[in-house]
This record gives sequence, C-alpha cells and structure tokens, in this order.
Amino acid sequence: MDFSISDDHKSIRESVRTLVRSFGDDYWLARDHDGEFPREFHRAMADAGWLGITMPTEYGGAGLGVTEAAIMMHEVASHGGGMAATSTVHINLFGPHPIVVFGTDAQKKRWLPRLIEGQDQVAFGFTEADAGLNTTALKTFARKVDGGYLVNGDKVWTSTAQVANKIMLLTRTTKIEDCKRPTDGITIFYTDLDRAKRDKRIAVQLIHKMGRKAVDSNSIQIEDLFIPEEDRIGEEGKGFSYILHSLNPERLLIAAEAIAIGQDALRRAVKYAKEREVFGRPIGKNQGIQHPLAENWMDLEAAWNMVMKGAWLYDQHQPCGAEANSAKFLGARAGYNAALQAVMTHGGFGYAKEYHVERLLREVTITRIAPVTEQLIMSFIAEKVLDLPKSY
Amino acid sequence: MKILVPLKRVADPDNANKVKVAGTKLETTGLEWKPNPFDEYAVETALRLTENGAATKQRQGEVVVVSFGPKEVEATLRAALATGADRAIRVDVTDDKLDGDLVARALKAIVEKEKPDLVLCGKQAVDGDSNQVGQLIAEYLGWPQATFAGSIKSEGAPGKETALVVHREVDGGTINLKVTLPAVVSVDLRIVAPTSVKSVYTADGFKYPDGVRFAALMAIMAAKKKPLVEEKIETLAADTALKIEYLGFELPAARKAGVKVKDVAELVTRLKSEAKVL
Repeated sequence: MDFSISDDHKSIRESVRTLVRSFGDDYWLARDHDGEFPREFHRAMADAGWLGITMPTEYGGAGLGVTEAAIMMHEVASHGGGMAATSTVHINLFGPHPIVVFGTDAQKKRWLPRLIEGQDQVAFGFTEADAGLNTTALKTFARKVDGGYLVNGDKVWTSTAQVANKIMLLTRTTKIEDCKRPTDGITIFYTDLDRAKRDKRIAVQLIHKMGRKAVDSNSIQIEDLFIPEEDRIGEEGKGFSYILHSLNPERLLIAAEAIAIGQDALRRAVKYAKEREVFGRPIGKNQGIQHPLAENWMDLEAAWNMVMKGAWLYDQHQPCGAEANSAKFLGARAGYNAALQAVMTHGGFGYAKEYHVERLLREVTITRIAPVTEQLIMSFIAEKVLDLPKSY
Repeated sequence: MKILVPLKRVADPDNANKVKVAGTKLETTGLEWKPNPFDEYAVETALRLTENGAATKQRQGEVVVVSFGPKEVEATLRAALATGADRAIRVDVTDDKLDGDLVARALKAIVEKEKPDLVLCGKQAVDGDSNQVGQLIAEYLGWPQATFAGSIKSEGAPGKETALVVHREVDGGTINLKVTLPAVVSVDLRIVAPTSVKSVYTADGFKYPDGVRFAALMAIMAAKKKPLVEEKIETLAADTALKIEYLGFELPAARKAGVKVKDVAELVTRLKSEAKVL
C-alpha cells in the first residue's frame, strides 16, 4: 500500500490551482449574484486543456483516469467557486463517455475535439419529472422516421441548457410495456440544441434554485424535434447500458467536489476562529468552536480516502460501485456539515455574503441530493453489499 | 536566442510562519516547496523572448532551466518544462552544501558548456533575499549585466538577436539601457505585465495576459518526455568549500500591543514625549 502522491498528481494539482486561484472569491460572488455562466473560467480551463483530461488522446484529450479527474475537480472546488466552478467543467469529464465508448470514429471526430476545446457545450437531457431516479420510467419518445427520429417529451434538471449548443438526450424508442426488461428500448442521442431556430422545437425554462446560480438548470419541452440517424449513439434500444459506464465516475467526482467545498469552508472557519476575538480571546480557543471543526476535518479526510480508493478501483477496471456510492454519501455529508459548521463558527457574519461561507453551504447542498439521493445509496449498500432484501 | 534560466525552489511563502530556527540552521522539513516567484517571472520572460506572442506554440529559440538540489527539485524543473521551457538540468547537491558564490561558479561552468546568449534570473530568491547570484555570474563570465529589469525588448534579426533594451526599476524612476549579448539580466516583478517583454518575433502592441502563463494539461504530459539531465556539483566547480557561513537566524521580535488614546491632545503629547517624532 502506497499513499504517497505521484509527481504527476502534484503537477496536475499545482497547475489547476494556479489557474483556479486567478478567479477570486469576488468573481464567484458576482456570478452568484448575476447568474451569468462563468464564461471566462470555462474558456481558461478549455485553453489550458483541462476539459480533455479524461478524453482519448487521439481526439486531443489527455487520456487520464478518474483519479486524475478527481484531483483536478477537488482543486477546482477548493478556491471559493463551489459547484458553480465545478459544474462549468465537470459535465465534460464523464458525461460524453457514451460517445467515447460507443460512438463511431466519425462521431468522435465530429464531436470530441470541439468539446475538449470548449467550442461546444453539452446539456444533459436525462432526468424526467415523473421518472426521477427510476430512469427506465422515462417517457420522452423518439419515433423512427425517414432518415432519423422525431422526438417528443419533457425533461427536467437539464443543466446548462441556456448556454449549451449540444444536448445528450435519453429517450425511449420502444415503450416500456413492449420491452422484455425495463432497461431495454432506451436510446441515446447527441444532437444540436438550438433554442432560436426550429420553431422552438426545444423550449427551455430556467429553474431558480438554492445554489449554483451561474450554471443554469432547466425544464425543457421537446416537440417534434427531428434528430438525424447519424446523431444516435450506438445501437437503438441499448442506451441504458451506455449511461451506466459514467455513473460511478460521476459519483466519485461529485464526492471530490463536495469534500473540496467543505475543506474550503473549513479553512475559512479556522481562519476566522483564530482571528475573531470575543471576551478578550480568540473564539478558536474554545473547545465548543474547536471540536466540531476537528470532527469536520476528520470526516472530510476519511471521505477523501474513500474517493481515492474508488477512483483507483475504477482506473484498475475493477468493480467500484460500493466505494463510489459510499464516497458520494460520505463526501457530500462531510462537505455539507463542514460548510454548515463554517457558517455557525462565523456567527452573525457567517450569514453575510462577504464571508462566502453561506454561499459555500448553498453550493454544497446539491451534492447530498444529486446525482443520487442518500436514501438510494443506503438501499444500494443494504442490498448489494449486505445482501439484504430489496425494500422498494 | 538561447536562454539559460537558473531556477530555485523556496519554502512556500504562504507558510513562512512554519519555518523554525534551530541553532544556526533553518528547519525546513515538512515545508511545501514552490518555485521562487522571481524565477518564475524569469522563465516567463525567457519564453516571451523566444516566441511570437500571437503564436506561442511555435518555439523561436531555446530555454534551458537549471536548478540545484536533491531529486525532489525535479518537480520544480518539470513544472517549468510544462510551461514551455525546452530542457532542464539538475545539479545534484543538498541546500546546506551551497552558497550564492558556489552556485554562481557552478552556473559559470554550465554557461561555458551550454553557450547561451542570455542568462536570465529572478532578481533574488524570496527565502534568503541574498540578491547576489546574477551579479556574481556576470562578474565571473565577464558579461554585461542589467539588474531589476522591469521591461525587456530584444533587438537584431530573428534568430540573431544582438542586444536587449532594458528598463531597470530603481528608486524614484527607471534607467533605460542597452546591453550587448551575451549578457546577464535579472528581472523584477513588473516584467510579467502585458507589454513588458517584446521579442523580435512579436508584433508591436501585442498584449500578453498579466502574470505568468498556466501550464496546460497536454504540456504537463509532454514535459515528462522533455530532456532533464543531472550534473554533479564536483564536476562543475573544483572548489566546493563554502565562502559564506550562516552564523544564526533570528525571528523578528513579536509586535507589542498598542495603546488607545483618549483624545487628540493625548496623542500629540505621546507623540512628543514618548515617540519623540514631533
């Protein structure tokens, strides 16, 4: 067992840190206020090649693993940007995985370099209001027509649909009642997202939300959208198995991000506890202030070790479902608890935006809910690891 | 143009409070290391002098970085290679076996072998603030020097640069001078402002982003394949005895608490009678 950090990992961290630190707290506070997509940050990350960290080298990526991506995303989330910073780049890392694994060479050539260079941005139209985590219950239907498909349906929580020019769309091509298994009959497309043309064939409505204001989430309505055959990824009806490949990496990255936000908040809390004097002594001298922060530190470190274990397993092509889900659960809770404790440590000033910890708390909250809830993770561990009967 | 940039790693200035004084030594174990910021500016300057600012992927010269230290300093050198430097040399030695004079003499030997047109260094390292290596190399080589450069413009034909016009920052203004190559130049922090460096390849009016460039991911990967050779200090300098001996270090005295004055009258009285500044 070797816990030393390799030179590669050190240089990834150092280089990302230098770039991310050039966008200060004020930049992210302003985005939290105006809700503008962090274009400058996205451009800087693309120009430095970070969007291609996990993409294949033959299409301009670096071909690195989820371990490196987790280190990168941990650093992206460590300097005040919260989920607004991470979501700006995160989506590119494993979201397009179905293209990488199941796309044709022509599709990869057509799509991947533009994603890596940041010329294209992709929104993910997976979730539906009546399906939620029961993904196979999705209703959006792609009917086969001459040369392609005609798609109708509604999606929700479609991130970046206000700014993206591409959409990865999960649809049914066979109704669930006509399928042998509920996971059959699902098909993935990667196609243009054009909000202006096509007689508004895709209508996009912004969802106002608690945090990550700068990276939009939306509900979208798709009406008779024609998608050409060449925009279908892989085989018709096999889509469900294609998305499974990117679920564990996504959980590991979200965990890394939540942990980093928690550590960012914890650093601010510790600094404040050392500097803030009440009754003639720094408040950090009180165990009532110290101990919760010490506990936060331990939780965050432990969760990080679970992220690294899961990432290592994934990169060794070993099963990592239990570790990836546990890392997401532990990381999100540790991050949330640390951010909440940071607000409490700051007292009244923690409630003021200029101290940034209330924003970090709002930013980190989503990691407890998405991309999978705590309840479903516990059910997964109970069934798949502990071999207990299915509860739902 | 071929440029040699000496690069030193220093204890992370953000964690300077963790440095402990142990007798005549500074305790450096457990510290995080960073490139000396002025040396990073020198690397950035060297890159700007060997490229067209509008087409930085095309190298128009060579930048060789050199560092003195144990194996771990290779991380610092690789980081410089990742931002664009072409080759690296590590002189194998530990910090306690070095002083500024020995570094300058060993660098002289490297310069005689590498034959660069320019030695470009940071004006000083932020750990010891000795500010001597650049000046000593110039002396030992018998080359012209310009210290504390705030801006540099290369002159001559592309690939055959003959001189540098340097603005030196000094108290109360700048001194403008021209040094004939080969030369030694040390740089100050304003050298990384958008228009501070202009190579013969870069168009007039071109603006760089402020500060040093970020290492791109692909460049980090490529840096692993760039040449990094090891040299022995003994083969570079016949006399490795130290000429400078550190006798001790003292931390600055802790600041005493101030006093609150009742009114302006008391302030004036105290300034007169205690501070004696009025």
